[in-house]
Amino acid sequence: MMMSQKLFSEVKNNSFPLDLKEIPILKYDLFYEQVSHFLESEAKHCVAYYGVAISGILKFFCYIADDNDKSIAVFSHELDMDKPILKSLTKVCTQLQIFEREIHENFGVEFNGHPWLKPLRYSYDRFDKSKIIGNYPFYTIESEELHEVGVGPVHAGIIEPGHFRFICNGEKVLHLEIQLGYQHRGIEKLFIERKDSLQRCILSESIAGDTSVGHALAHSQLIESIAGIEVSEKLQIERCIALEMEKIAVYIGDTAALCGDVAYQLGQVVCEALRTLIINSTQLWCGNRFGKGLLRPGGSNYPLSEDVADGVLKIITDVDRRFCEVTDCIYSLPSLLARFEDIGKVTQQQALMSGAVGMAARTCGIPRDIRITHPFQFYRSFSIQQVTLETGDVFARGILRNLEVRESIKIITGLIGIWRKKEKGINKPVYNYELKQNCIGISIIEGWRGEICHTAITDNDGKILHYKVKDPSMHNWMVLALAVRNQEISDFPICNKSFNLSYCGNDL
Amino acid sequence: MLKEIKVLKSHGSQYIKNLRTQPVSGLFRGRPVISGDITTQEIENVSAICPVKAIDNRSGSIDLGRCAFCKECSFLLPEKIRFTDDYRIASNLRETLVIKPGSENSVRLEEAIVRKEIRKLFKSALKLRQVSTGGDNSCELELNACGNVNFDMGRYGIEFVASPRHADGIVITGPGSENMAEPLEITYKAIPLPKIIILAGTDAISGGIFDGSPALDRRFIEQNHIDLFVPGNPIHPLTFINGIMDLLGITP
Repeated sequence: MMMSQKLFSEVKNNSFPLDLKEIPILKYDLFYEQVSHFLESEAKHCVAYYGVAISGILKFFCYIADDNDKSIAVFSHELDMDKPILKSLTKVCTQLQIFEREIHENFGVEFNGHPWLKPLRYSYDRFDKSKIIGNYPFYTIESEELHEVGVGPVHAGIIEPGHFRFICNGEKVLHLEIQLGYQHRGIEKLFIERKDSLQRCILSESIAGDTSVGHALAHSQLIESIAGIEVSEKLQIERCIALEMEKIAVYIGDTAALCGDVAYQLGQVVCEALRTLIINSTQLWCGNRFGKGLLRPGGSNYPLSEDVADGVLKIITDVDRRFCEVTDCIYSLPSLLARFEDIGKVTQQQALMSGAVGMAARTCGIPRDIRITHPFQFYRSFSIQQVTLETGDVFARGILRNLEVRESIKIITGLIGIWRKKEKGINKPVYNYELKQNCIGISIIEGWRGEICHTAITDNDGKILHYKVKDPSMHNWMVLALAVRNQEISDFPICNKSFNLSYCGNDL
Repeated sequence: MLKEIKVLKSHGSQYIKNLRTQPVSGLFRGRPVISGDITTQEIENVSAICPVKAIDNRSGSIDLGRCAFCKECSFLLPEKIRFTDDYRIASNLRETLVIKPGSENSVRLEEAIVRKEIRKLFKSALKLRQVSTGGDNSCELELNACGNVNFDMGRYGIEFVASPRHADGIVITGPGSENMAEPLEITYKAIPLPKIIILAGTDAISGGIFDGSPALDRRFIEQNHIDLFVPGNPIHPLTFINGIMDLLGITP
């Protein structure tokens, strides 16, 4: 029998916003059946699943991206706040566990059958204030043979805070639980409260400062989508160049950190210096080493000039050669390979179940790269090479960075060639935009960590009613926890560095 | 072995010889200069667009402890406000971070109020413990960069250490998240006396764009004596290193 009822709305990334009224609201049983059916396919994964409280009713939205046909399906259901009990989808789709935890923390919805309904970030406006960050319910195993190791929230190096609790048998890690929330700043609420558009730009750059360009691009793209602003191809190219530069800088920095952890000073020092060259080029372009201020809706304060483009090309050509030389050393030294190979292994099945995105997915043979699967900005007109590896270990994550730095350098070179042929003229940023009313905008981009999603719902007056940020780390922290199982605890730092996940991106 | 030699040859010498005078590239947004003849109307206009309320709507002065360095005021009034590439903007006195119209003066440390024990004890070696309280990881990365092959502040005995028990002071980044309030307090208490507190970045100094968020708890920052304010979004390594050199009285 043909289904006559429309079950979901479909949208393409980087396109028009959806009219709220058009999104079908399913009964939960049907929602459950549809979402679990959709997520059976390996080409589909959940981008975001969240709740919004609107006048006593909890509205839920679930975005499922289909990598085969470049579409995003939006499912919705509603719940009366008086009876907040739902059957957990986590049992059938493990990747939804983190989203159900978030909904539970924010609204107190009980997900029956969820095995791990623990606080995600201890947000200030959480439903149950009696849950406090100093009293997280860690998983324990009663045994005289085992011991626990607690690390953090303040770590040994200059990094962000988070708590890691290991259960070990001797040197071997049986289980790792990662507890976050220390970095919570209430970002999503600030996006609604700060009515000024420039304030929102600054906020987006501060979600994760190591991904300033990525998050600011996701925000700008979202605003442009809801406000119906078109930007020129020339500006789109510049944005892609900025994004690739951010990626190159971080990946080279990560390579330095990996070398540091295995006491290979040459690799560390040389990669640190190469990263400096890249971020100084970003500063040459926009005055900030992290690209803060570069991305704005509708236009740019810092159009790329011929001089800067020449400077960038010169630097990346030099970096390409030197990075090639040093990685040739790094990945051929037996003493280093012994520390990288077969360490922190994640299987493809684990990655799929966790809903891994970005590098964590691509090193397990899962071709998830939004630049290719749901292209945005100029990636829609520019073909790039998908890089995937199969082994899922620290070595794969190192080599993937190595290959993708090369690829990004090729992309920038190609993009600058096209950029030169485009007509001159880039608009000033637009801050006095009007947003379309009663709609939902979805913006997804591929940051260096993976898929970043910004999404917003507008009300009757075109004001932002709800703003949601999804950093790729939200999916990938679980992958890290799985990667260290049965590893030596002394290998934890290198496993952690090989993922380089964001604390503030998760905590918001 | 030959491969390594090739790498070293390409690497060459990367360290910055003079951290006091090193020029920075491009359009770096450092200390602003506000024209003395900025009008009342112009002041109102720029203070209205400032996303972090760093511009006083009466005097027209810019508070670098609040400034997000987005430069939008300068884009609006390019003839009246410009951001120079002067990165030496750290100070031990909060008020000196407020740049008044007409002032071309550099931001300088107030020598008279530097605690005596700081120079006596820490001048030749200062070990610091960093704590991120909601920092977005850009200031954290820049603090890491202070010790790297380019900036190498270790040449003056200034280093970050893992344990607060080994530290002489604390460097705070981020706007002061409520969830980090207790760990911050515990870390600070674990540092032996005498100890210093440094705030790195606009977020730490004033809360920055997060000022007023109910998710913050800034009591520790507000109730303790701060020895050095390092503005920036994020801080530039040269701002941080020069600030500490000034605080310790290091003259290269």
